[in-house]
Amino acid sequence: MDALLFMIFAAIAVICGINLVVQTHPISSALSLVGVMGALAALYLLLGGEFIAAAQLVVYAGAIMVLFVFVIMLLNAGTEKKMTVRPLGKYLGAPFLLLFFGMIAYVIQKILPSSSPVVFGAFHGGTALEIGRSLFTVYLLPFEVTSVLILIAILGAIVLARKEVD
Amino acid sequence: MPLGPLPAAVPPSWYLTLSAILFALGVLGFLLRRNIITVFMSIELMLNAVNLSFVTFSYVLKRADGHIFSFFVMVVAAAEAAVGLAIILTVFKNRQTLEIDEVSSLKN
Repeated sequence: MDALLFMIFAAIAVICGINLVVQTHPISSALSLVGVMGALAALYLLLGGEFIAAAQLVVYAGAIMVLFVFVIMLLNAGTEKKMTVRPLGKYLGAPFLLLFFGMIAYVIQKILPSSSPVVFGAFHGGTALEIGRSLFTVYLLPFEVTSVLILIAILGAIVLARKEVD
Repeated sequence: MPLGPLPAAVPPSWYLTLSAILFALGVLGFLLRRNIITVFMSIELMLNAVNLSFVTFSYVLKRADGHIFSFFVMVVAAAEAAVGLAIILTVFKNRQTLEIDEVSSLKN
């Protein structure tokens, strides 16, 4: 069952990822990215990351992608121009990409030989309790510095969006 | 990868392979696309792929640290998206284009 779920969501993630790269209209790419993020959230749940899965859906698929779609709508972005593809890349590109993916799979398989398989429910360190505990003890300083980073990002976004830059 | 009947559960290396493939797709989009928003979304795809690696290693090592890092990556991605989209808005306001090849003031 775990393997089946992994296969389904991995397939969704890869197909949506390919769709993101292939589509010429930004809205199609944005919706594909939402698909990738949803599939990844399901995979995080399989890996025992409840909090991260929820944060993935709320922060990424919710907030960041809404921002993207909002900007695409605001700028009325259309389809981009067709890029010129040389025949060599047209016919050899996809096979070489598949070969490259195969090599990645082979190398990772070699580096990490038969470790124990991922079983749903075997790891309980990803609950909000555990995350919160280490966020406010071990990682307290990075957590607080992050708030300053967010503040700087807000100020930067406001300054950039309202000023006329030449 | 072993072919044949599907095992009941997959090893962590499959998750890492998926992460590497998604990262490669992100690099591909970053290099091939000409629309600045799509390029930006490819960067987000790469960040997501790295997050999957973090969470997988967190599972392998049975520690929550990977989840914390992944959380920080999300926060930085949110900040980056806010500033980056503001920059895209400004560029569009000044040049009326989203093609990255047209925006080459810093070239030469």
